[in-house]
Amino acid sequence: MITDFELSILEVLMSDARTAHDRIALMVGSTEADVTAAIADMEQRRIIVNYPATINWDLVSRDEVEALIEVRVTPQRGEGFDAIAEQIYRFEEVSSVYLMSGAYDLMVLIRGRTMKQLALFVAEKLSTLENVNSTATHFVLKKYKLNGVILEGGQDDNRLAVSP
Amino acid sequence: MMNYDQLVCRRIADVPPSGIRKFFDIVSEMKDAISLGVGEPDFTTPWRYNDAAIFSLRQGHTHYTSNWGLIELRRAIADYQLHRFGVEYDPTCEVLVTVGASEGIDLALRALVEPGDEVLAPDPTYVSYVPGIVFSGGTCVTLPTSAENQFKLTPEALRAAITPKTKAIILPYPNNPTGGVMSRADLEAIADVLRGTNIIVISDEIYAELTYGEQTHVSFASIPGMWERTITLNGFSKAFAMTGWRMGFACGPKQLMDVMVKIHQYTMLCAPTAGQYAALEALEAGKENHYADVAQMVRTYDRRRRIVVDAFNQMGLSCFEPLGAFYAFPSIRSTGMNSQEFCKRLLDAKKVATVPGDAFGALGEGHIRVSYATATDKIIEAMKRIGDFVSEL
Repeated sequence: MITDFELSILEVLMSDARTAHDRIALMVGSTEADVTAAIADMEQRRIIVNYPATINWDLVSRDEVEALIEVRVTPQRGEGFDAIAEQIYRFEEVSSVYLMSGAYDLMVLIRGRTMKQLALFVAEKLSTLENVNSTATHFVLKKYKLNGVILEGGQDDNRLAVSP
Repeated sequence: MMNYDQLVCRRIADVPPSGIRKFFDIVSEMKDAISLGVGEPDFTTPWRYNDAAIFSLRQGHTHYTSNWGLIELRRAIADYQLHRFGVEYDPTCEVLVTVGASEGIDLALRALVEPGDEVLAPDPTYVSYVPGIVFSGGTCVTLPTSAENQFKLTPEALRAAITPKTKAIILPYPNNPTGGVMSRADLEAIADVLRGTNIIVISDEIYAELTYGEQTHVSFASIPGMWERTITLNGFSKAFAMTGWRMGFACGPKQLMDVMVKIHQYTMLCAPTAGQYAALEALEAGKENHYADVAQMVRTYDRRRRIVVDAFNQMGLSCFEPLGAFYAFPSIRSTGMNSQEFCKRLLDAKKVATVPGDAFGALGEGHIRVSYATATDKIIEAMKRIGDFVSEL
């Protein structure tokens, strides 16, 4: 559980992680020292994990391929899904791993330079793991919305400039 | 040649155009200005509400509804008023769905005012009340409010304005343009003055959800003994980010609503049907998620509000702390300029649009209205520019 004060800080950081602590203090009606302490505490508790920028890689001319892999596994006694998940998330190619409800068990997001590189990773590393029963690989073709931001259009302020 | 000047109704034609409209024309010519002059949320309507309206169209719900509005929506409104503000209305005869709260103001005034009646309204205040009173044939008597009293309506000002001709008072809190709010104690004091009179209260509570700090909104009809004399106006524009949908509602005693619906049925027939479905979804979603969408918007406004108020006070323009709506109303008297001149020069020099306070009544002079319903980074940049403008004077 977090306090309303902490939630308000998180909302500021989610919209702009660069916001200076004195500015956050002003926005949430607190002092810089209290904000700095609260952020340090949330980092300590791993509520705030890191501060990445949201980047639209489609606009960058470099090879970057992303794929989403549905993985069906056999959970292990005493370990559940955690041990096999760890065997998967240790790979650098893997950017995210989620345990899912529904038709498959783990959703694995992987990133690489080329489709071939990712295909080989799935064939040679992922599918060959003990307890991995099957995989289905889906390559990402285009991103429309990322971290709550619509990437193309849709963000313009089209209100009247002055209204009552 | 037709002499149109002699043909049109003088009472209407002589009402001056809104001061906001004049300024809008100036700002519209400047394409890259940052506008803090906008009186509507910068959030777009949550898609879920839009989707409900689209689905209603697909279902073929493209016909008139009851004059009063869809009964499901009226039930949801009655439920909302009860659980959110503690005021009880019968959805079958005490709740009317209107085309924005603006239509509600017009209906209430026309249902009440006889020629020569006086209607009280605070000054400064929202631009539509005085024209609305004139359109209905009444006379507006203004109730002075000031920054020293946090732009609250005082019982003294009210008592001084009441005459035998007083028919109604418009009570618009949280207030546009000042951001002033009325606490329960403030409203009790107003109620004390009204008890024993026949004065009706038109309580425009369109900003009811947008309050900051410990106090949440108190609906005037919830003050003991006031329900019988109060028409409560509210709507979906501000709290649910639905301005363009034009969805509002009026609640009050059946005998008053019966007269209001008479005007509504002959002039409007009913509020747009697709909008009613969107509004219904907004209330249902709110009830489901404990108004999480509203709460998140309020937290965002609150953070911007602090930035704006702090910036004005830092630059030496005294700004009382607004506790409602999404406007700050700083005083610009220390610059020696009047509000029109200040806004015009600020726009020319720094490309920041604000609204001159005199657009909201004589007592708005010496102030500007600054809306913080704009993206935070734009607000920060605009406040920096205003600060530069003031320091370069």
